[in-house]
Amino acid sequence: MAKKQHSAQMVFRLSGVSCAGCVNKIEGAVRQAGGVEDARVNLADKTLIVHGKAEPQTCIEAVRSAGYDAEIAKSSERDQRAEQRAHEQQHYRQLLWRSAFALGVGVPLMAWGLITDKVSVNTLNEQLAWGATGLITLAVLVFCGGHFFSGAWKALRHHGATMDTLVALGTGTAWLFSMMVVLVPHLLPESARHVYFEASAMIIGLISLGQALEVRARGRTSAAVEKLLELQDVSARVLRDGKEVDLPIEQVQEGDQLRVRPGEKIPVDGRVLEGKSLVDESMLTGEPVPVKKDEGDSLTAGTLNKNGSLLFLAEKVGADTRLAQIIEMVKNAQGSRVPIARLADRISAIFVPVVMIIAVVAALIWFNFGPEPQAAHMLVVLTSVLIIACPCALGLATPLSVMVGVGKGAENGVLVRNGKALQQSCNLDVLVVDKTGTLTEGSPRLTDIECNGDSDELLQLLASLEQGSEHPLAEAIVSAAQEKELQLQSPSDFHAITAHGVTGIISGKKVLLGNSKLMHKENIPLASWRSRADTLAEAGRTVMYAAVDGELQGIIAVADPIRDDAQAAIERLSKLGLRIEMLTGDNKGSAEAVAKKLQIDRVHADLLPEDKERIVAELQEGGERVGMVGDGINDAPALARADVGFAIGAGTDVAIESADVTLMRSSLHGVANAVELSRATLRNIKQNLFGAFIYNTLGIPIAAGVLYPITGMLLSPIVAGAAMAFSSLTVVSNANRLRFFKPSEVR
Amino acid sequence: MGAILVNLVGLLLIVGIVWWFWLGPKRKANKAMPTADKLQILVKDGVYEPDHIRLPAGRAATLHFLREDPSPCSEWVLFPDLEVSAELTLHRDTPVILPAANPGEYPFTCQMQMYRGTLILE
Repeated sequence: MAKKQHSAQMVFRLSGVSCAGCVNKIEGAVRQAGGVEDARVNLADKTLIVHGKAEPQTCIEAVRSAGYDAEIAKSSERDQRAEQRAHEQQHYRQLLWRSAFALGVGVPLMAWGLITDKVSVNTLNEQLAWGATGLITLAVLVFCGGHFFSGAWKALRHHGATMDTLVALGTGTAWLFSMMVVLVPHLLPESARHVYFEASAMIIGLISLGQALEVRARGRTSAAVEKLLELQDVSARVLRDGKEVDLPIEQVQEGDQLRVRPGEKIPVDGRVLEGKSLVDESMLTGEPVPVKKDEGDSLTAGTLNKNGSLLFLAEKVGADTRLAQIIEMVKNAQGSRVPIARLADRISAIFVPVVMIIAVVAALIWFNFGPEPQAAHMLVVLTSVLIIACPCALGLATPLSVMVGVGKGAENGVLVRNGKALQQSCNLDVLVVDKTGTLTEGSPRLTDIECNGDSDELLQLLASLEQGSEHPLAEAIVSAAQEKELQLQSPSDFHAITAHGVTGIISGKKVLLGNSKLMHKENIPLASWRSRADTLAEAGRTVMYAAVDGELQGIIAVADPIRDDAQAAIERLSKLGLRIEMLTGDNKGSAEAVAKKLQIDRVHADLLPEDKERIVAELQEGGERVGMVGDGINDAPALARADVGFAIGAGTDVAIESADVTLMRSSLHGVANAVELSRATLRNIKQNLFGAFIYNTLGIPIAAGVLYPITGMLLSPIVAGAAMAFSSLTVVSNANRLRFFKPSEVR
Repeated sequence: MGAILVNLVGLLLIVGIVWWFWLGPKRKANKAMPTADKLQILVKDGVYEPDHIRLPAGRAATLHFLREDPSPCSEWVLFPDLEVSAELTLHRDTPVILPAANPGEYPFTCQMQMYRGTLILE
């Protein structure tokens, strides 16, 4: 394979860059450095991309000579993730500090109010003392909660309202009212001269604490992608000029020859050139048994070489490897929406302004119809309603569960295309399964050869004849002859007669192999072999008649063995409430024999490829939700037509493109895993949505004071703040529970 | 007098909220830059800036998101109608490739739908 020649690309992270002028200076300086073909600065992310053969240090020196600084940027996604996690950690600590500072001010103030009950402003001394407290609280609002206010202001300018709006309005109103009490107490009745500085500080503290814990918990929701990224090796041992050289993975090119030793990961996709080994593919397929790899076999990046040394040819590198594509697919699916979330999405869109209106209406009701002190009650209700409402819980209810669910699927070799597929997989009525390659091994084997004379002699003739055929049955016959080390001869005058069989001349003898139609056509009586052939067909085998020089010599039977795990997988799927129907192009007899063994409800046999799509459509017209499982060879249209298409065994690219769910492992257990996972995820989403809806529908009226006639108390804004902070944390934690999902498959 | 004033302020607030968030004039959409320049969207302080983007329909396009907000809300951007989503790296330019689509309005949001923007294809 011709090696692609690329001009090397290096990426540097710049510091001190602020304007277009800097860009020109840096680009000019670096372009003059030796070996640089092109240099471009991206001002937005402060990076410099250099093409050419220049040494990295030369480029860094050139940047420094222009008055700036540069370092080699970490370019792999894994490094970027690590950087991201470091940022998250920093943000977590920042939030904790903010929370500690705000609570450090709020808790003593709250304790003072609870112990002494002196939180009113009636004298000049109290005005001064509370004025000073107000300024300290203002510092809390600015330093610990400033981002809520700037976010709220920016959103407001964009005609939007966010959680920041609610927090800023709630805490801001409480602080402003308290400051008004401090500055002009005489404007308010004596009973309403109550300050709420502690509420402002406590709310900021509690919400920051909730956010800090949420940052922590959310980091765990993307653990699956990180696990996949960790499968990617950072370097590879490449053969260059006859020597093995360790190179960064980014420098491996298609056509390179690579060496992988026992215990090492396969760095890129390729094909074995030399050596034998067992390769553990469980991390991608969920298949626990290591796979034997020999010369010519394909290797997948991220899998683990167990016991032998392999020399292989790199066929796909970088973003083209199957591992990279899986990561991309998982990331895309994790960000997709689930149809069930539509209602929550609609509510989220108008939630904050509606809550603001409810808060104002509730405040006015308390002001006009509530007991004394009306002004204080009005403020408490206004603040509590604004603070208790939690749009985050509603917004987070589905995406986090989808993230964890899709990631968990990838861990089990189930790649879900999007949230819609995930949702639809959970309520299927019928599962239509393609027989070959799904229920059976997909590679027919010779099971019986019965004849009047020497069976090896007949097999030799038939295998010689079938050498020219590409039919799977022909492969079975040729393989059987090769296993017996029979010498094959080249056929002459070979003819393949569609839906009948094959004919040809071997060593001067006219040999015919085919079904009863072929024999009738050639006027060869079947009488002596018909009953035996019928018996074999009833046992699920495909039977062919063999005639030599116009005389029937015997019969040969081929069968595609049922997969070892098919029976158990069908049982699992039936337990999940799915009706199984089998599709096959094989004859009815052998199809029914397989169906009987596996206790499959219904069989569609003798099908042409286009019939599969028609059958799926007919079932759908009957009002059933149909899942279709196939390996993609002839199934792409049916997979696309079904409500959920499952491509098994990571089959062909076409199948993966048309399938909603790709199963990395060639087993029907993958379908059962996918159904179980989708049900677990949907259950989790429903719990989250229910929790978020209930929380808001109960919390807002309680904060508005509906329980006052019974309890004689209003909900404290501090309690509202705590409830709000921990409601979204509850949603995140519940989504994280999905990480413990385990398929029911017994291994 | 005080009671009337409070009620009046309350009512005005309600009218103001309805007008500002639902009935009032929205900001004009930002026109896409010439093809040589890239269209960058800043993700900061709870808003996308610009939050209304106008692009020609029927052509694939790339939007560059620069996330400056460390809060987890801003970590993802979703274009649900186009089935596109992207995880945004902090302080990095993340290109988001959009497929060619029919004329229309396509909202884009963060996972929690607090960040909101509209892509207008025409």
